[in-house]
Amino acid sequence: MNQQELFVQVLGAIAVASPVVLLAVLGLTQLLNRPLSELWIVRLNQLGVVLSLFATTLVLAVMLITGERNLPIEFGNWVTIPEQAFHFHLKFVFDRLSIPFMMLSCVLCGVVGEFTRRYLHREEGFARFFLFYAIFFDGMVWSSLAGTIETLFVGWEMVGLSSALLIAYFHDRESPVRNGQRVWVIYRLSDAALLIAAITMHHMVGEGDFGGLMNSSIWPDGSVSVSSSQALLVGALLLIGAAGKSALFPFSGWLPRAMEGPTPSSAIFYGALSVHLGAYLLLRLSPLLEASVALQGLVLGLGAVSAVSGALMSRVQNDVKTSLAFASLTQVGIIVVEIGLGLRYLALIHIMGHAILRTMQLLRAPTLIRDYQDLENKIGTPLSPNSGTALGWLPKPFQRWCFRFGYERGFMDTVLQRWLVDPFVRTFRWCEGWEQLITSSLSRSEKADSEINHANAANDSPSDLPTAA
Amino acid sequence: MPELHFPWIECSILLPLVGAAWVWMLRDRERALTHAIFFCLATLLLTLGECADFLWMETFEAHDHWAFFRWVIPPDVLVIDELSAFQLPLASLIHLVVVSSTLRTKTRTFSLESTLVSQSLLLAIFSCRASWALVALLIVSTIPPYMELRRRRQCTRIYCLHMATFAALLLVGYGWLSIADRSGSSVLVPGAMLTVAALLRSGVFPLHLWMTDVFNKASLGTAILNTTPLVGAYAVMRLVLPIAPSWALQSIAVLSLVTAVYAAAMALIQVDARRMFCFLLLSQSSLVLVGLELVTPIGLTGALCLWLSVAMSMTGFGITLRSVEARLSRISLASFHGLYSQMPILAGFFLLTGLASIGFPATVGFVGMELLIEGAVEVYPLVGTLVVVATALCGITVLQTYFRIFTGVDNRSSISMKARPAERFAVLLLTLLLLGGGLYPQPGISSRYHAAKELTRIRGEISGKSPTPVTTVAQQEGLNPET
Repeated sequence: MNQQELFVQVLGAIAVASPVVLLAVLGLTQLLNRPLSELWIVRLNQLGVVLSLFATTLVLAVMLITGERNLPIEFGNWVTIPEQAFHFHLKFVFDRLSIPFMMLSCVLCGVVGEFTRRYLHREEGFARFFLFYAIFFDGMVWSSLAGTIETLFVGWEMVGLSSALLIAYFHDRESPVRNGQRVWVIYRLSDAALLIAAITMHHMVGEGDFGGLMNSSIWPDGSVSVSSSQALLVGALLLIGAAGKSALFPFSGWLPRAMEGPTPSSAIFYGALSVHLGAYLLLRLSPLLEASVALQGLVLGLGAVSAVSGALMSRVQNDVKTSLAFASLTQVGIIVVEIGLGLRYLALIHIMGHAILRTMQLLRAPTLIRDYQDLENKIGTPLSPNSGTALGWLPKPFQRWCFRFGYERGFMDTVLQRWLVDPFVRTFRWCEGWEQLITSSLSRSEKADSEINHANAANDSPSDLPTAA
Repeated sequence: MPELHFPWIECSILLPLVGAAWVWMLRDRERALTHAIFFCLATLLLTLGECADFLWMETFEAHDHWAFFRWVIPPDVLVIDELSAFQLPLASLIHLVVVSSTLRTKTRTFSLESTLVSQSLLLAIFSCRASWALVALLIVSTIPPYMELRRRRQCTRIYCLHMATFAALLLVGYGWLSIADRSGSSVLVPGAMLTVAALLRSGVFPLHLWMTDVFNKASLGTAILNTTPLVGAYAVMRLVLPIAPSWALQSIAVLSLVTAVYAAAMALIQVDARRMFCFLLLSQSSLVLVGLELVTPIGLTGALCLWLSVAMSMTGFGITLRSVEARLSRISLASFHGLYSQMPILAGFFLLTGLASIGFPATVGFVGMELLIEGAVEVYPLVGTLVVVATALCGITVLQTYFRIFTGVDNRSSISMKARPAERFAVLLLTLLLLGGGLYPQPGISSRYHAAKELTRIRGEISGKSPTPVTTVAQQEGLNPET
């Protein structure tokens, strides 16, 4: 290894390790009940973000100077069983796709971190917010730089967990918690599809390395060495994973629910980074899409439907954060269409521009009325209300249907609830009923189980401790 | 057979028995609790010494040096091997954290003597190689929970019915097997009996009602100690794996897989926290069984790793739930309790152990789960994906339970409900192991793979076949592109 390679390896290690160290410090201090002051938390967060960004920028400079387009950072096998050809390869890649996304993540995490410093100043959950935020930052760095699908999955899971926990940040109220749970359900199910895709990919090409799948080509070039049907299978599974993470149709119902979290987390998750992670995954594996026309059609269709439904929904919402969230969905849908059409650079530029704009809009959302008043003061006249929309030429009944479709958020929650959740719950409650019946008949107990529980609770409850619930 | 440098095995089995007698003589229950913790700690140190000595010898199996009871117990009965080397300290650790996290107010309902006797029996089971002794110990180990149910004046019919069937199947199956010709197909019926017995002890659907019953009627501590070490899985490894043909085991794996999904779904709809815990544990332990029954090196390695992970994480999850119960009484998941502000450390640990139990990244179960999924998909390309479904459902349950218990309302009391030092010790010890094993998994994986390979080799020797890799269903059907 020459000096330049060593230099890049060290920089890569710093970029990946600094969020991990940040998370370890914040996590351990909370677990050991040694809380840090707000100032220390903020300083550590700044240090973690700046180190990652600085290292990535230097890697970019090296790449520009040397003309390299792909710099892998190898940490070797985290786990390996050589005889079974099983390995969990820790590999990160700096290339034309990962560097912009990584820098975007660092910049926006830094900006939102600074915003949060004041926004949540002296809040009880300040440290908790930054702990979850560190998990998110870690997840974004791992997902952005992942060179193998296993590494990407690790980051993907961390983003999902932090997202659900931050939505439930105001956890002394029921509504944010329920919404956090709802988002977690969608994430878990779509993550299951991603995991199955990863395993299937392993079986197809014998490894989870993106480079191996793309015949060692460098992004955005590359072709996959799998058959059309295999590409369709893996691609469809990846598409489910991406749709769950990016709130594409039919999973868009969780997007307004996610707005229950504090504004900074809404901005960074659902305006900027997390919502684009699905598109990023499709972009990373875009050569796979070209292997199957059916898969390309699926991507295009999904993107188009998501964009149209997002546009309809964003126009009829009655709160600004939800409206912005659906506007984000529209743009993500368009980005997915661009990926489906093979316009990879355009999609990447679109992601970056959209993420920055939407973060700014969401961070300004709490002061929107004041901003409007400032604007009116400066121009000296009231702003004219939006007089008409492009849908004005459509027949009235169709307009009404569009309104209802948008207002009811595409009926997606209702459909999922009626056709998926309710049958599931009914089936297993029925099983539960049978189990209770068999148990009570076998034990010949005159008491119902609930009574037994109650009696046990009375036996177990200590006399010297309060019953708080 | 090589000998250990000290009679670790017999000492570790005897010490909890001595502890049980000692604790029984003490009138003061607070002192008894302290002494019980001391005995558990000493036993853990003995089993750790046993494990270290064994690993240092670099052999597949070993037995005690200077054994006290050589004149009573034949030398090959109590043996440590690669399978049990990690199970022994794990069993001791489970007992230590459960006993040390017991509140003083609970010593009336949680019998320390019975717990120490159970620990001794468990260590004896995990150290036992001879089938006849293992059968006897497995049957005897069902008695302490029965005694507790009787003491609590609960109906024992379900427990007795299941455990009597378990004992009968074990005795008849083993008796039949010992007179049958092992080379022919005559082992199928006794083998099936032993398999059903082991599955019953593991709580495989539809033979799982005894588990929910124990969780409902016994103290939570006893229920945890009786289920999290996965004794049923050990019975499968010792009694069934050496004799059962691969096709039979792989067919049973489907049953275990169905149990895993069923239990995961049932856990999700429960409104009682104990029942939720029971089904969650059932789902995870069924996944361990799936891996064991796949009889492929990858599946076996995944199962052995997951075994350690499930035992540790579910014990941690259970003791946190027990600590919450000790402060509030039985927890209903039908409503929110909002306890985060009162017990933030326990809340964090609850979430961490819950996530570890589903194999979340950076926890000890992550790689084991990956291996298991890989093994399951290798054998059953489509059905194997159910492992992922079960894990996804369990993940939903974990966070739902966390939200229900620790969030949702602002619940403040005038009395501190924070974790006691002993609880914090238990929590931090397990956290260290869960995260440490997750961040540096290679030694654990290598050791478990070596154990899996040796078990496969022994299985091949017993059945008179060469230990060639097992042909999977996928390979037979030509579905695996790698073949």
